[in-house]
Amino acid sequence: MIKAILIFNNHGKPRLIRFYQYFAEDLQQQIIRETFHLVSKRDDNVCNFLEGGSLIGGSDYKLIYRHYATLYFVFCVDSSESELGILDLIQVNIIQTHVFVETLDKCFENVCELDLIFHMDKVHYILQEVVMGGMVLETNMNEIVGQVELQNRMEKSEGGLSAAPARAVSAVKNMNLPEIPRNINIGDINIKVPSLSPF
Amino acid sequence: MPAPIRLRELIRTIRTARTQAEEREMIQKECAAIRSSFREEDNTYRCRNVAKLLYMHMLGYPAHFGQLECLKLIASQKFTDKRIGYLGAMLLLDERQDVHLLMTNCIKNDLNHSTQYVQGLALCTLGCMGSSEMCRDLAGEVEKLLKTSNSYLRKKAALCAVHVIRKVPELMEMFLPATKNLLSEKNHGVLHTSVVLLTEMCERSPDMLTHFRKLVPQLVRILKNLIMSGYSPEHDVSGISDPFLQVRILRLLRILGKSDDDSSEAMNDILAQVATNTETSKNVGNAILFPLLQTDHNAVQRHRSTIVDCLKDLDVSIKRRAMELSFALVNGNNIRGMMKELLYFLDSCDPEFKADCASGVFLAAEKYAPSKRWHIDTIMRVLTTAGSYVRDDSVPNLIQLITNSVEMHAYTVQRLYKALLDDISQQPLVQVASWCIGEYGDLLVSGQCEEEEPIQVKDEVLDVLEGLLVSNLSTPVTRGYSLTAIMKLSTRFSSVNRIKKVVSIYGSSIDVELQQRAVEYNALFKKYDHMRYELRWCSTHSLLTGGRTRSHLNETGLVANLGLHSLTFMYLQLCANDLLDLLGGHDVGPVIQTALPTKPASAGGELLDLLGDLSLSGMPSMNGLKIEFTFERSNPNPNISVITIHASNTTEADMTDFVFQAAVPKTFQLQLLSPSSNVVPALNQGNITQVIRVLNPQKQQLRMRIKLTYTYKGAPVQDLAEVNNFPPQSWQ
Repeated sequence: MIKAILIFNNHGKPRLIRFYQYFAEDLQQQIIRETFHLVSKRDDNVCNFLEGGSLIGGSDYKLIYRHYATLYFVFCVDSSESELGILDLIQVNIIQTHVFVETLDKCFENVCELDLIFHMDKVHYILQEVVMGGMVLETNMNEIVGQVELQNRMEKSEGGLSAAPARAVSAVKNMNLPEIPRNINIGDINIKVPSLSPF
Repeated sequence: MPAPIRLRELIRTIRTARTQAEEREMIQKECAAIRSSFREEDNTYRCRNVAKLLYMHMLGYPAHFGQLECLKLIASQKFTDKRIGYLGAMLLLDERQDVHLLMTNCIKNDLNHSTQYVQGLALCTLGCMGSSEMCRDLAGEVEKLLKTSNSYLRKKAALCAVHVIRKVPELMEMFLPATKNLLSEKNHGVLHTSVVLLTEMCERSPDMLTHFRKLVPQLVRILKNLIMSGYSPEHDVSGISDPFLQVRILRLLRILGKSDDDSSEAMNDILAQVATNTETSKNVGNAILFPLLQTDHNAVQRHRSTIVDCLKDLDVSIKRRAMELSFALVNGNNIRGMMKELLYFLDSCDPEFKADCASGVFLAAEKYAPSKRWHIDTIMRVLTTAGSYVRDDSVPNLIQLITNSVEMHAYTVQRLYKALLDDISQQPLVQVASWCIGEYGDLLVSGQCEEEEPIQVKDEVLDVLEGLLVSNLSTPVTRGYSLTAIMKLSTRFSSVNRIKKVVSIYGSSIDVELQQRAVEYNALFKKYDHMRYELRWCSTHSLLTGGRTRSHLNETGLVANLGLHSLTFMYLQLCANDLLDLLGGHDVGPVIQTALPTKPASAGGELLDLLGDLSLSGMPSMNGLKIEFTFERSNPNPNISVITIHASNTTEADMTDFVFQAAVPKTFQLQLLSPSSNVVPALNQGNITQVIRVLNPQKQQLRMRIKLTYTYKGAPVQDLAEVNNFPPQSWQ
């Protein structure tokens, strides 16, 4: 069972925290700090898992993590299963982190840290389709992306989170703005333009 | 009131903060704005406010005042509201707060909503943080959704059911009918979560387990399809089709197949197939392989080569599992091959593995060694390659092993000696080698082993051992071993003088341990020279096989090395009678028959009137020496008997340097007070008295062994006797 999923950056600032077991608020923050300390000390070429810190349950739990550019993705899993069973759990969770990141990538089109910062709620919704109640729900990336897309569309049709009045929205939509380029290519410089939704 | 700012605005603002204090200020301001907005019961912007609240919560700021707002959002009709409301509930609420129960009705309605995504939200929330009460109320709805044909909902319902079962185990029965055709689904998501549900049920109830055994063929079929079917881009991870599902199914098969032959049979083929087809060069492959191996050990043997290859993998965790698995796989048939691989691994692995690997090798070798010679060779190999990583407790175990393989002594000691000549830095090797040289030094020089050349010069051996004593590489423990070995050689080699010299030098060593040994060995040379030969035998046999008694004899923790050292110590202190028994060999005086005269005894004021007076008139004169025992009971401790001996001499010459010693069985404790003098005057002109106090808490029959030494007419005399017939009143 997955106890927690944490995403934080190289300085320990949380980008997404999801606990599947109750922890008091201040304890949650302490756990994030502790996990960050444990994980940031690791060299990039050592294996991707270690024992949990004392706050989260010590050696009964394993932290499985992957470091992508400026972000750490950490899964904290229950390792009360037998020794041999742990390894496949670890491997599967490493793959799962990978799947999760790839899904984020697909949803956000080349995801970067800024996307996670500004779309915290969307990231939660994507995660909800991947892991539920501490257990892996769906592993097929296309399925996940598809389902998230449909739900996002429903939200959009209602006016979205900002709940801006419908008239204003349609007014903006009807304006003739020049097409915003996705990629700017100047010689051999390639700048990717982040995709910000209209709200 | 202006519209509350958007989430993105808030985030942007907070990111401009340069200090923690600035951030806190911004957040507090925004919280105040949100609170007033909540007070106004504004439906339009509630979702926006809650989103901001969740963001602030993630940064670590309190957000509990938003809990009720989440509930209002959940009750709203808009999907957007419900979405953020349920998320807020999952992040901010938990079953400890009574507020959460208010959700129950909303969730119930939403579980029956027309939009599947709303139903999905409700299932998700229930499955994450549903309390037992909620689960009890809503289990029926979940069960209904478990039977739906909508795969999106079905997979969520399955995991929700798992949560319900964990919270309220009694409800497990309820989900049984719904599981009937879970496995006939095509959708992998549903299959995956169904297998999880089945696994949970089987783990919790043996009845369920038996019930679901009939699913084994179906599971096997699914697994087969996964492997046989061609490339499926949707489910492919690193070339393997849906590894997650494969792993889950394998785990369930393992549980179902446990101690059931029929099921295991059905599984065997497919397991072998999975193993063969799975390429293990990738993480994913290994993820599948390991639960597989738990399931069937025979299949495992077929993949020994794979596992052995994993020993060379770069990933540390894989190497460790492969090592553990390899040891589990070793048996009488493959020991030679496996050991070769494992020793190769030992040579090249990281230091963190060496200790465990070495211990594993020793264990495996002990269990399955095809021949003693192979065994010794293997041990030698480990000691020479990973000698410094071998665990401390391996040394005594190894020594015991070597002792037991009697016919290999000569060969072993030769090889160990040669190894010592090469390298004295690895302490366990040096310790074992010194011990063996001490024990079997004579075999070393006598040339009993046909293969090796006998060491020509005994001095060479002593040179090596002395070298160990002075080397900086030797730890104090090792020095102890080599000093003892040198001492033992004094009975095997003839160069006693040289050994005496070495031993006396260390009598003033700074190392207390070494000094103590040297002093005692010196004493052995001086006073108990006749004992030296006997002790040689004791050290090998009795103490090593003595078992538990070792613990109270052992002062230094070096169990195997007790032999000479502690035995000397004890002999000089006369603690345990058992050892004297072991030594045997000396003349034991006749057992004394005693009469019980009613001679009035001395002293008192104590319990004498109750016990009467007791005395034991000692033995018939042994060469004119007579020993008499008188008894008193001590007050206040009735467990202590006070015995006074009176030694008198009927011969015409004095007995000088008289020493009386006594030993009692283990359950007693003995205290000898100072004698009145150490001369027994001739012709009964006087006697020596000495008081013995005996503590007898268990009220056992008192027995005593006594030893008398004295000088008579210039010659030393020694007598041993056993006294068994103490009158019962003296010890009861």
